[in-house]
Amino acid sequence: MAELTYRDAVAAGIAQEMARDERVVFLGEDIAAAGGVFKATVGLLEQFGPKRVRDTPISEQAILGAAMGAAMTGLRPIAEIMFSDFLAVCWDLVANEIAKMRYMTNGQIALPLVIRTANGSGSRFGAQHSQAVENWAMAIPGIKVVAPAFPADVKGLLAAAVRDPDPVLFFEQKSLYSLKGEVPDGEHVEELGKARVLREGKDCTIVALALMVHRALEAAEILEKEHGISCTVVDPRSLVPLDTQTILREVEKTGRLVTVEENPRLCGWGAEIASIVADECFWSLDGPIVRITTPHIPLPAADQLEDATVPSVERIVREIRERID
Amino acid sequence: MDTSTKRKKNAEPQIEVGRDVRMELYRQQLELRYCEKRAYDLFLQNLIKGTSHLSLGQEAIAAGFGVAMHPDDWTFCTYRGHAHTLARGASMAGVLGELMGRECGLLGGKGGSMHLTDVGKGAMGSYAIIGAHLPVATGAAWSAQYRGTEQVAVCFFGDGTTNIGAFHEALNFAVVWKLPVIFVCENNLYMEYTPIHTVTAVEHPAADRASAYGLEKVVIDGNDADDVYTTAVKYMERARKGGGPALIEAMTYRHSGHSRADPAKYRPEGELEKWMQRDPIQLYRSRLLELGFAEATLKDLETNAMRKVDDATETAKASPVPSLDVIEKDVWADGGAAWRN
Repeated sequence: MAELTYRDAVAAGIAQEMARDERVVFLGEDIAAAGGVFKATVGLLEQFGPKRVRDTPISEQAILGAAMGAAMTGLRPIAEIMFSDFLAVCWDLVANEIAKMRYMTNGQIALPLVIRTANGSGSRFGAQHSQAVENWAMAIPGIKVVAPAFPADVKGLLAAAVRDPDPVLFFEQKSLYSLKGEVPDGEHVEELGKARVLREGKDCTIVALALMVHRALEAAEILEKEHGISCTVVDPRSLVPLDTQTILREVEKTGRLVTVEENPRLCGWGAEIASIVADECFWSLDGPIVRITTPHIPLPAADQLEDATVPSVERIVREIRERID
Repeated sequence: MDTSTKRKKNAEPQIEVGRDVRMELYRQQLELRYCEKRAYDLFLQNLIKGTSHLSLGQEAIAAGFGVAMHPDDWTFCTYRGHAHTLARGASMAGVLGELMGRECGLLGGKGGSMHLTDVGKGAMGSYAIIGAHLPVATGAAWSAQYRGTEQVAVCFFGDGTTNIGAFHEALNFAVVWKLPVIFVCENNLYMEYTPIHTVTAVEHPAADRASAYGLEKVVIDGNDADDVYTTAVKYMERARKGGGPALIEAMTYRHSGHSRADPAKYRPEGELEKWMQRDPIQLYRSRLLELGFAEATLKDLETNAMRKVDDATETAKASPVPSLDVIEKDVWADGGAAWRN
């Protein structure tokens, strides 16, 4: 086991796959010579050369179009969209083209590609560079959606995404880039669609994603030690495919479900999970399902405003105490 | 509109259009014309639902490129894509079947008129969001360059596409990476219902933008299949050898409205009639006769083309509608649509 940062795990995952498969190519803005604006792709240009690691103009439609055209003709591209907010300028490629192509062509066209993007809050960049948009992606049939919380998952799930025969949107939470964690040595590949139970408790099951996983774990610790509330924490790791069996099983054990979501409230991913739980294990529930989300507002920039907007450890503790006790 | 004075002279030596190529160009144009007319008739019989964007009057462009392309080259086209798909050799029954929503359709009924695709023939999709496929064609060209296969991607689009961002993104990208992609603007003078010149800053919506990307201005007569063919060969061969992309504006005219719903009443009086005088198929027939092709040879081609369309129509009509079992198939590579366990 080596200790890597979340950002180094990105480069390690890409490098592992590029070394293994010559069809894997990587393109995006500032990803090659500059090593990425978040320094998550440092060293790849030097290791794999300018033919496989290519800087692009600021042309998000061209980036995703190039990835799509390359994927349908035999390559396995990884495209970076620098900030997930920018997905909005190339959403046609994601939602209308990449996601639909296999279905519309009756299976003729395969698109094994990965779109990596830096998602979410914590950098005080304001509403156009800090929002969490994983729920946008989840709403589109035909694209897989992955959002890792730990360096080992970054490497292993990114490798799985590259090897997957379907298009994958891979959300890296940008304030986790400096997080350190153990990453297995040698080839490391995880499986998409497998949730992980990170902590087991008796009173409540918290489902959280990416940055929210860490806050949920910290909140669970406080709830246990200071308030005698014992929580299970589940990290779905991918929203599509979604490991509902693990979530349902863990909710059945505790009788309560709390989702912790960074995305704004309406149609957040937790709403879908709440619906599934209400539908399929209603009689195991001991109380209402609780969703803790960012309010339904554009994300503000200032330190105090951003901190008060995105679910915090304190807010998770408070809401669970109020609603679960 | 007389485009002959605007046409760039091909660099010497001139590309020869041989007798076999001319036969093929005429055959293709006939099949495209008859098939589009049949599609229109089937609409009137309520056998085709949804919408449809016919290429009537624009057949010389699809045929000229279709004949010039190598079997492993790639076509990317728009929702006005019946002709471009057929020009790559896609099954005519598959095209009409798709329009009619039958099981024999190229897409099994899942795509419809606007998404005709036949990957086996290099027809890499018809794209119904304006501009989207220019970047995609660019990506296919990148793949050809990366793998060193000398394949070329050819991307067809209308004049209206030149005013959307993806057009400009793709052109810049393709030039910077020197990719083997040919962008072909079919300028039929109308952006859907609106005259293109009333909404575009320059006279030639594609060609006048070429210089912004360091490309040559190329305007050709899109109703002259020979002109299209020689231009296609010239720029595709250059692209195959690493010479990078080209942007070609082919002047043409739509004989029918934008789509099934459009009677095209906005056209000034006499405009259609003027362009009917320049109907690509009549022009080509006259040329072949001047070149000494026998009337009987042309008649044979015409009879055979009509028979092919009749046969395809009957095959499509006889095909069952799709089984409802396909609805939740082929979202994913595993053949299914499951998003959860």
